[in-house]
Amino acid sequence: MMAEVKPRVDAVIVGMGWTGAILAKELTDAGLRVVALERGADRDTQPDFAYPKIVDELEGSVHRRHLQSLAQETVTIRHRVADTAVPYRQVGSFKPGTGVGGAGVHWSGCHFRALPEDLELRSTLVQRYGARFLPAEMTIQDFPLTYEELEPHFDEFEYVCGTSGKAGVLQGVPQEGGNPFEGSRQREYPLPPNPNYLGAELFYTAAREMGWHPYPIPASNASRPYVNPYGCQMGPCNFCGFCSDYGCLNYSKASPNVCILPVLRQREGFELRTRAQVLKIDLDSSGRRATGVRYLDANGGEVEQPADIVLLCAFSLYNVHLLLVSGIGTAYDPETGRGTVGRNYSYQNLNRVVLFFDKDVQANPFIGIGGAGTTMDDLNGKQLDNAQAGFVGGGIIWARQPGAGPVRGINLPPGAPAWGTEWKRAVRDSFRHSFYYEVQGACMSYRQHYLSLDPTYRDAFGRPLLRMTFDWHDNEIRASQFLVGKALEMCKLLKPKALAGDAKKPGEHYNVTRYQSTHTCGGAIMARIRRRRH
Amino acid sequence: MPNKRPADRASPPRRRFLAKLSLIPATSLAGAGVLAPLPAGAGSSASYAPSFFQPAEWAFLVAACDRLIPSDEVGPGAVELGVPEFIDRHMQTPYASGAIWYMPGPFLDAPAEFGYQGRLALREILRVGIAAIDAACRRRFGKDFASLAAADQVAVLKAAESGKLELPEIPEKTFFSYLLGEVRNGYFADPSYGGNRDMGSWKMIGYPGMRADYIDWVGERNKAYPLPPVDLSGRRG
Repeated sequence: MMAEVKPRVDAVIVGMGWTGAILAKELTDAGLRVVALERGADRDTQPDFAYPKIVDELEGSVHRRHLQSLAQETVTIRHRVADTAVPYRQVGSFKPGTGVGGAGVHWSGCHFRALPEDLELRSTLVQRYGARFLPAEMTIQDFPLTYEELEPHFDEFEYVCGTSGKAGVLQGVPQEGGNPFEGSRQREYPLPPNPNYLGAELFYTAAREMGWHPYPIPASNASRPYVNPYGCQMGPCNFCGFCSDYGCLNYSKASPNVCILPVLRQREGFELRTRAQVLKIDLDSSGRRATGVRYLDANGGEVEQPADIVLLCAFSLYNVHLLLVSGIGTAYDPETGRGTVGRNYSYQNLNRVVLFFDKDVQANPFIGIGGAGTTMDDLNGKQLDNAQAGFVGGGIIWARQPGAGPVRGINLPPGAPAWGTEWKRAVRDSFRHSFYYEVQGACMSYRQHYLSLDPTYRDAFGRPLLRMTFDWHDNEIRASQFLVGKALEMCKLLKPKALAGDAKKPGEHYNVTRYQSTHTCGGAIMARIRRRRH
Repeated sequence: MPNKRPADRASPPRRRFLAKLSLIPATSLAGAGVLAPLPAGAGSSASYAPSFFQPAEWAFLVAACDRLIPSDEVGPGAVELGVPEFIDRHMQTPYASGAIWYMPGPFLDAPAEFGYQGRLALREILRVGIAAIDAACRRRFGKDFASLAAADQVAVLKAAESGKLELPEIPEKTFFSYLLGEVRNGYFADPSYGGNRDMGSWKMIGYPGMRADYIDWVGERNKAYPLPPVDLSGRRG
């Protein structure tokens, strides 16, 4: 059967999450006709995230109602190039979204800017320690954009999101209470920081005792009523405790749905088609120019959408997948180091320390706000002497409490059993009297970590699954041990009655069953270096 | 806990256990394999007729729930809170049929870091695992799991947890970890799903349930959160 051919538009957008919504807004501002194709359903605060149905832990964190189901599309994963990859069959390590808003619905709200030196990581390291400091297989490179070039856009996005925080450096002048190590910003955050929960408050005490410079995590969880530059309204966060995994019931957490779509939905030049599963990008006969996309509509019928501009705004992994299944660019080859698509897949090096206290300490982990809390940059960027620390890349320790409930899991002190009366006792004694800090370490890019197409497994549409080749490198294990060590040192100052830490051990492999981070990055990278055509 | 040596059957702890059995009133042993020995608090689950689990599976489930989260001085047990009912109902949802899992093959052996790679959905994992453990119990003890003394049930579950119980159709630790996950889900999830009756587990740990509004308490440091839980239907615990 022939595909239905839709009238040509100026731009077609694949995926209606943050990037799709931002670009749809910019392009329709410029007068272009835009069609957005979203593989999932339409979603909005009302009725999809309405109280009380939304605050159901079984639905949100077990049935994963707000995440992508893996039944139709997933990835395969292996640790080494020589291994056979197996499917990511159940959600664990990372949580792609689906539906309007994408992962911008179930994110937490932490809203950091990159440090200036992070955007020029390779040259900064080479300048400080010489090129030989970088392990041979480490393939990090500078971004082709500087902090100064990005600053106006960082600023604009914070104002779109109603980000609540405290500036550390305003137009070059250090500010009390903010991050002294941040890149200079043109103006203050649109909203002041949110109030601190106990663990965030204690972080200040302990971090200062360590000689560090704690500051409020910039949070796109509104601390006050707010109207963004587009006229979209946000309400103050009420600390409901259902942020990560959930859509916001309160118009408080920034999302495409709250902060951009109310404007887009009114626009004549904008059309949103949901349950539109893009299968492939169409190319012209030279294979060098995208002419549109091909998708399945809700009926399963194939539709061709011609467009002058094709924008891939899906979840990072699926953008790379679409490039590869459409035969665009040169697929990366880890043997030769040639090719760009799939290159430099990287991740995040998450570790956790948990502090347990007596019953007079009211940690109340059910009180939660996704993005807010306390953190520090003293072991990050240029503040860390990498030569002394013995690894490349820095990290942060943060106090953050996005909201805990017993179905999502209760942290238990070391040695507690997993069931029986003693488990019950540990659960009862720990739940309200413990909190955790996380250690977010950087994760470098390596020659052998990349994305490609799987030779065996297919998705529900007959396409090869994307294959991820990734494992922890010695450098990241050393970073984990160093940073968790520092975090434990800090935690001891708070005199918890028990303390647990999960630094990665030498030889430890990437475990896809445990949630770590949805920051699956790389694979479709930018760089200053442009390889000459062969 | 593979049962390859017949000597296992006559191991000293087992003999001691059998000796003790003779002291238990005969009524407790009646109907072995169905619902005996009756776990504490089982009465509150008695009115529920399972529609997913077969009688023998149900007996296993009730007994296992009672061992995994017993009724004790700390708080209510899983059976008392209706966890078997939760699991029976949960097995009939699309989730338990693998609706959000990637299910196509091939099904390769992979290290544990890659998660369960077999072809069973959750409801089949439980069913296959229950049958396998019951079979192992019959080989070793001559009766189903549900008919064992509590101490033996605990020993069997510990063996399953640590992967020492070889099950023919399923990776050693898989069944136990999914079973325990389901028991905890039922114990802690909203009562509308059939478990956590009267918000019993929430009261035990001091979880306010579905209040979802704490702006007035985020700055309080010295007083315990004062309000009882509410559930999704708006009832107060």
